[in-house]
Amino acid sequence: MEMALAPETLARWQFGITTVYHFLFVPLTISLAALTAGLQTAWVRTENEKYLKATKFWGKLFLINIAMGVVTGIVQEFQFGMNWSDYSRFVGDVFGAPLAFEALIAFFFESTFIGLWIFGWDKLPKKIHLACIWMVSIGTILSAYFILAANSWMQHPVGYRINEQKGRAELTDFWLVLTQNTALAQAFHTLSAAFLTGGAFMVGIAAFHLVRKKHIPVMKTSLRLGLVTVVAGGMLTALSGDTLGKIMYEQQPMKMAAAEALWDGEAPAPFSVFAYGDVEAGHNKVAIEIPGLLSFLAKDDFTSYVPGINDVNKSEQERFGPGDYRPNIPVAYWGFRWMIGFGMTSFAIGLAGLWLTRKKFMLGKHLRVGDDEVPHVVLFKNKALGPTLTKWYWRIAILTLGFPLIANSWGWIFTEMGRQPWVVYGVLQTRDAVSPGVSQGEILTSMIVFTTLYAILAVIEVKLLVKYVKAGPPELTEADLNPPTKIGGDPKDADKPMAFSY
Amino acid sequence: MELHDVWFVLIAVLWTGYFFLEGFDFGIGVLTKLLARNRTEKRVLINTIGPVWDGNEVWLLSAGGATFAAFPEWYATLFSGFYLPLLLILVCLIVRGVAFEYRAKRPEEQWQRNWENAIFWTSLLPAFLWGVAFGNIVRGVKIDRDFEYVGNLWDLLNPYAILGGLVTLSLFTFHGAVFAALKTLGDIRERARKLALGLGLVTAVLALAFLLWTQADNGDGKSLVALVVAVVALVAAIGANQLGREGWAFALSGLTIVAAVAMLFLSLFPNVMPSSLNDEWSLTVTNASSSPYTLKIMTWCAVIATPVVMLYQGWTYWVFRKRIGTQHIAETVH
Repeated sequence: MEMALAPETLARWQFGITTVYHFLFVPLTISLAALTAGLQTAWVRTENEKYLKATKFWGKLFLINIAMGVVTGIVQEFQFGMNWSDYSRFVGDVFGAPLAFEALIAFFFESTFIGLWIFGWDKLPKKIHLACIWMVSIGTILSAYFILAANSWMQHPVGYRINEQKGRAELTDFWLVLTQNTALAQAFHTLSAAFLTGGAFMVGIAAFHLVRKKHIPVMKTSLRLGLVTVVAGGMLTALSGDTLGKIMYEQQPMKMAAAEALWDGEAPAPFSVFAYGDVEAGHNKVAIEIPGLLSFLAKDDFTSYVPGINDVNKSEQERFGPGDYRPNIPVAYWGFRWMIGFGMTSFAIGLAGLWLTRKKFMLGKHLRVGDDEVPHVVLFKNKALGPTLTKWYWRIAILTLGFPLIANSWGWIFTEMGRQPWVVYGVLQTRDAVSPGVSQGEILTSMIVFTTLYAILAVIEVKLLVKYVKAGPPELTEADLNPPTKIGGDPKDADKPMAFSY
Repeated sequence: MELHDVWFVLIAVLWTGYFFLEGFDFGIGVLTKLLARNRTEKRVLINTIGPVWDGNEVWLLSAGGATFAAFPEWYATLFSGFYLPLLLILVCLIVRGVAFEYRAKRPEEQWQRNWENAIFWTSLLPAFLWGVAFGNIVRGVKIDRDFEYVGNLWDLLNPYAILGGLVTLSLFTFHGAVFAALKTLGDIRERARKLALGLGLVTAVLALAFLLWTQADNGDGKSLVALVVAVVALVAAIGANQLGREGWAFALSGLTIVAAVAMLFLSLFPNVMPSSLNDEWSLTVTNASSSPYTLKIMTWCAVIATPVVMLYQGWTYWVFRKRIGTQHIAETVH
């Protein structure tokens, strides 16, 4: 059969498309839930109306986003069975458990409390309503943890044995699956990147309004909150990325050698800045390198030996039998770079922004502004940037909202494609995981259907986001400022229209 | 009772929860065209399930996830075998979720009408297709010695399964009408009760035929009890509805669903997916289940989590216990 249309290829493309698409919404959902909850907490504690406006504004964007996250997540849960039935049969005993936990514990939490939060403005006392959005936030984080633990098991299977008679992997230590270092590091890395994403989203949209001098008090608060989130999230992403990288050098040396296009092991090993190679011949034609840095990234010193692609391939052939155990090297190499590049650019922009728009610290008195004025963009103590540079700063700040989304996508493409040809590293190859009973036509149909549907929904979603971004925070109503004191709503409001209705 | 039997029961419980809860919200979706006379009434109906439909749908995800964990072979055979119908269900659930959330987000009438049409179709189709799917599971499909489904799409569209689909569609719509009568105010409440009578009678005929057919093919004493409970509950639900006892009518239409699902699972046991080619090739609670260790962990999770979920979901229904009428629907765009 044509390789390009082989069921395995199609099923992989479908998984890639639906997963990358789903993961555009996931990090935004995780971070915006927590950030909205934080803003609402500020409202409940201070009664300053700008926080309520901010809550409503970001809450709206959060809801538009989570709707897509939820529905595209349904596909994720079922496509293992549809396209990867042999995978499901082989790993279900191990892999199914975290998924079931995710549904029973996290999904119920999220979905039930999100309903309470959306419709609860005029039905729940202030503090209980606030608790609901925190519950949603906890749900999103738990959900991420369970699914990442499941994925970590694919990266580094632990706590299982192979049952030869049944031809499957069986769980022996669930706690180990949930708490192995791969799972902890992946969760740490993914969650901090989620906050980098949400922070950048806030920075970009706040900058959009501030450069137009609109909704200043709300957007200034949002800008600062976004910048702090970007900086904290970015720093933690880098830290956890370093940890995860070191773990991967231990657990999947092939992935990391591919990420560096390091063909043959070296001691000390250099970090590659740019490489262009010949995959067939197994070497680079062009390489710009920083000596010793890769040894440091992998092992924390500048001299250690790091194995190359050819070495790992050979050792895997000895362990697992003849075959090609190399992933797609250019994708791994560039995916790794785009992940780091876009993620860290956004972090750098956030760090610069945090300094440039500071309120008081090292800032001349004449440059300090009131609550309803756009902050000056100030590099040194007494001098603001000129109009051109200021304009460019805001432009870049707007652009940064897209960077982490690109970084996240490449991060997943890198880590999943870098594991190939394995679906469960060292245990099950991807070609043995597809559904044998599903025809090429069926997979092709579902791929076309999902891709088309997702494309249409993307257009609808982005247009809707743009509309609500442009509209800015809503004006507050009497009802907003006088929440009910009784659960279910105050009796005097019995005939009033619902505060929110579909 | 061994752990895989416990898990057979728990999977049945999760599906029952799903059909009980999403049953009426599929029904509400269908009723937007059958019951509502204008667009404000459509919104009244949609908003009766507004805060809860998402939580209801998670019962499906839990049933799916739990099947994956507890019966990997069942999960694999079912979802790879019923590929295209499942694809259609997934597409419906995706569009439906977005439709609820986005419908009121723009003022243009065409935009809103498009999403209203989407809500109708994406409620109607899964309500029908789940019945077809379960009809086929109970009846048995072409499964080979490797537990692979070897039939085609047309094999799934047999008279028994289609009758099953019509039963779920009409039963869910009836359940939805009874729910609408319980949750709305004014004119639409009266009409919901009148419509529920007709829907209830249609359901009674279809369900009786389907359940008797099931009993004749696969039944035993226990499934007969469930059959009788289902039929009595359905008749009582229709009666309670006629007497204007809306709470009772809803509880009884819910009981009908519980008993009907129970009957299907009882006639299935100890198979989970019988093969119509050879009894030896049927998937059973023993040959399709996970290891005892996994089942034990899953049991702890389910036994603790499910009651807690029922508590806080129940609390949600209590928070939004007030009836909704046209006066509660604001004109604004959110």
